[in-house]
Amino acid sequence: MSDLSEAVSLALTLVLTFDSDLIEIVALSLRVSLSAVLLACLIGLPLGAFLAITRFPGRGVALTFLNALMGLPPVVVGLIVYLHLSRAGPLGFLGLLYTPAAMIIAQTILITPIVAALSRQVLEDLHLEYADQFRSFALTRAQTMRALIWDARYSLLTVALAGFGRAVAEVGAVMIVGGNIDHLTRVMTTAIALETSRGELALAMALGVVLMVLALGVNAAVHGVRATAARQAHA
Amino acid sequence: MTDSALTHAPGMSLRVRDLSHRAGARRLLDAISLSLKPAGVTVIMGPNGAGKSLFLRLVHGLATPTAGQISWGGALLSPALTRRQSLVFQNPVLLRRSVAANVDFILRARGRSDPAKRDAALARVGLSDEAHHPARRLSGGQQQRLALARALVTEPEALLLDEPTASLDPASVLMIERIVADTAAQGTKIVFVTHDIGQARRLADDVVFLHAGQLAEYSPAARFFDAPRSEAAQAYLQGRLLI
Amino acid sequence: MLRPVLTTLTALALAMPAAAERILVQSTTSTANSGLYDHILPIFTDETGITVNVVAVGTGQAIKNARNCDGDVLLVHAKPAEEKFVADGRGVARADLMYNDFIIVGPGADPAGVKGMEDVQGALTKIAETKALFASRGDESGTHKKERALWAETGIDPTGASGGWYRETGSGMGATLNAAQGMAAYAMTDRATWLSFANKGDFEILVQGDADMFNQYGIILVNPEVCANVKAEAGQSFIDWLLSDAGQGAIAGYTLGGEQLFFPNAGD
Repeated sequence: MSDLSEAVSLALTLVLTFDSDLIEIVALSLRVSLSAVLLACLIGLPLGAFLAITRFPGRGVALTFLNALMGLPPVVVGLIVYLHLSRAGPLGFLGLLYTPAAMIIAQTILITPIVAALSRQVLEDLHLEYADQFRSFALTRAQTMRALIWDARYSLLTVALAGFGRAVAEVGAVMIVGGNIDHLTRVMTTAIALETSRGELALAMALGVVLMVLALGVNAAVHGVRATAARQAHA
Repeated sequence: MTDSALTHAPGMSLRVRDLSHRAGARRLLDAISLSLKPAGVTVIMGPNGAGKSLFLRLVHGLATPTAGQISWGGALLSPALTRRQSLVFQNPVLLRRSVAANVDFILRARGRSDPAKRDAALARVGLSDEAHHPARRLSGGQQQRLALARALVTEPEALLLDEPTASLDPASVLMIERIVADTAAQGTKIVFVTHDIGQARRLADDVVFLHAGQLAEYSPAARFFDAPRSEAAQAYLQGRLLI
Repeated sequence: MLRPVLTTLTALALAMPAAAERILVQSTTSTANSGLYDHILPIFTDETGITVNVVAVGTGQAIKNARNCDGDVLLVHAKPAEEKFVADGRGVARADLMYNDFIIVGPGADPAGVKGMEDVQGALTKIAETKALFASRGDESGTHKKERALWAETGIDPTGASGGWYRETGSGMGATLNAAQGMAAYAMTDRATWLSFANKGDFEILVQGDADMFNQYGIILVNPEVCANVKAEAGQSFIDWLLSDAGQGAIAGYTLGGEQLFFPNAGD
C-alpha cells in the first residue's frame, strides 16, 4: 500500500507544482481525445440517426455489426491506421504518421462505432415518441434526423462521454500511430506505459491518478450541463 | 381575432370511397364511403373502438388503408397533401425546446422562419407570455394550445383534431373550442373527433357517426342531434351505447 | 456530413506546430528508457537547430518501420539484421556507434547458484539444469536475438520448456524486468536499462563481464533513393555529429549513479 500512497503524493506534487511536462502531456491527451470525440460525433450521430429511423433489408445485420465494432481492440485499430499512414501505405504521402493528427484519426475510428451504436438506441427510443407527429409534419428524412439529434442532445452528451472515456483511456492505438514521441505525441496513457516499462511504478501510478481525476473532471462538467438543462426541463 | 400575419387558406373537401382497414382478421373500418364539404366543422363521433382515430389517421396519411381511396380537393392523398393539413393529437407531442422554438420548428421545416407569424400564432392561443418557457413545463391545457398554434401557423387547408380536449380543464377546453370555431369561420375545413356530446353540439356543422367500424350515420348537426336516423346514434345520444 | 469532418480535420492539422527542421529516429526501447537521448539530443539541437524525434520500439519493429520509410535514421543493436537492411538497399551505410553490455540479473536468493560467474554460457546451462525460472523478451528484439544466440552456443533449446521454466513475455525490456521481478525469474538485460530501471526490488547483477555479452549499436541513414521523404541532409548531419568527437564525447558523458552506460566506439 505504500506504493499507492507514494503515487498519490507524487501526483499531488506534480499537479501542485504545475509540472510543465505533465501539463503538456495532459493538454495533448485532451486535445487528441476531445478532437476524436468531436469527429466521431460528426460522423456517428448522423449515422446513428439514420439507422434509428430507417428500415431496410439487412438492417439487423448492420446493427449487429455496428454493435460488434464497439469492441474493436485499440491495437488493431492502431495497426490498421499505421498500415494506411505509413510512408509505404496508401496514405503515406500525407506525412501524418507520428503526429497528433494520426492519433486523432485512430481514436476517431475507435469510438465512432460507440457513438453511432449508442446514439442509434437513444434516437430510436425518442423516435417512438415523435414518429406520428413528424409524419404529420411530413418532414424529410434529414429534417427528422436533425430534429431527433437536437432534441436528444443531453442524452447524447452521455454517449459522447462514453466515447471520450474510451478514447482517453486507450493506449494501444496511440502508441502505434503516435510513437510516444516526447514533446510531440506523448499522451497520458503512453507516458504511463513508458514509466511502467522503466520500472517507475509510483510515477506511472501517479500519472494514472491524474488521468482518473481528469476523466472525473470532464464527467462532472458534463453532468453539470445536464443538471442545468434538467432544471430548465429541456431534457 | 385580427392577426395580420396569419392568413387562412380556403378549405379542402374530403372524399373517401370503400375505405377499409383490417388488423389480421379484424375489420377495424369497413367500406366507408362519404364526402365532406370543403368548409365547416365535421365532428366524428362514436363509442370507444368505433374507429374514429383510425379514420383520422388514414385520411391524414399516418396509416395505410387495406382498401379504398382517399382524396382531398379532388386529388389522391399524397405527402404533399399531408403537408397542406395539420393534425392535433390527443396527447400533444412537443419538442424539447422553448414554446417559440416549437412553432419556429415547423415554419423552418416548411421552408422559412417567420417570427411575426410565430408571434401571431402564439398570441392567438394566449401563449405570448410563455414564448421563452420550455414547452414541456407548460400545463396540459397550455401544451395543447401550443400544439394548436403549431398546427395553425402553417395555414392548413384542413385542420384535423383527435379528441384534443379529452383530459383538459374547462377553461382550456372553451379556449380551444373558440379557436377551432374561429378557424372554421375563416374557411378552413375542420375534422374533429370527440365523444363529448356537448362539445359536438357546440361545434358541429355535420356529424359522422361510426359504430364498430361502420358508417352508421352522416347527417347535418341539427338533424343528427334532434332526430338521429340510426339506431346506434339514438342509443349513443341516450347514453345507452358506450362500446 | 463529410464536409464538416474534413474541415475539422484540416483545422486540427493546421493547428500542429509549424515544422522546424525535424528528423525521426527509429530506435530501441533500451536506449530510450536509459535516458541517453534526454542527455544527448538537446546538445545536438542546440548546435544545429534540428529537432530529433525518437520512436522507441523493439529492434525488429524499428527495422520494419524503417523499411516502410517511416523514419529518417535507424539506431538499433542487431548487427546481422542491420547489415541485411543495408544490403537490401533500404539503408545507405551502417556505422558502429557505441556499445554497452548485457548482464544477467536475478533474485538475490539465486536458486541456480550463478552469482559471480563470468562465463555466460555456463551460467545459462546451470539455470536450465536447475529449471530455475528465466524470463525472456520473446519479441524478436535485438536483446532477444542476442539471448537466443547465447543459448544456441550452450547447445540447449530453452523453447522446449516455453511456458515451463522458460517464460517468454513477448514485451519490452522494462516490462520483461517487471515480469521477472514479479515471478523471481532470471533475465538478461542490457546494463543501461538495468541501471536506469527503478523497480529493482531484491534483484541484483549476477553474471557480467563475459566478452560474449558485448552489445554493439549501429546507426544507419534510411536510403533517400528508396524513401523520397527521408530528410537525408538533416539525418546525415545527425549521424555525422554522433560519430564526431563531440557526439562521442556526449555519449561517454552520460552517467547514471556515477556509472557510464554507453561506450562510444565509432571508427574502432
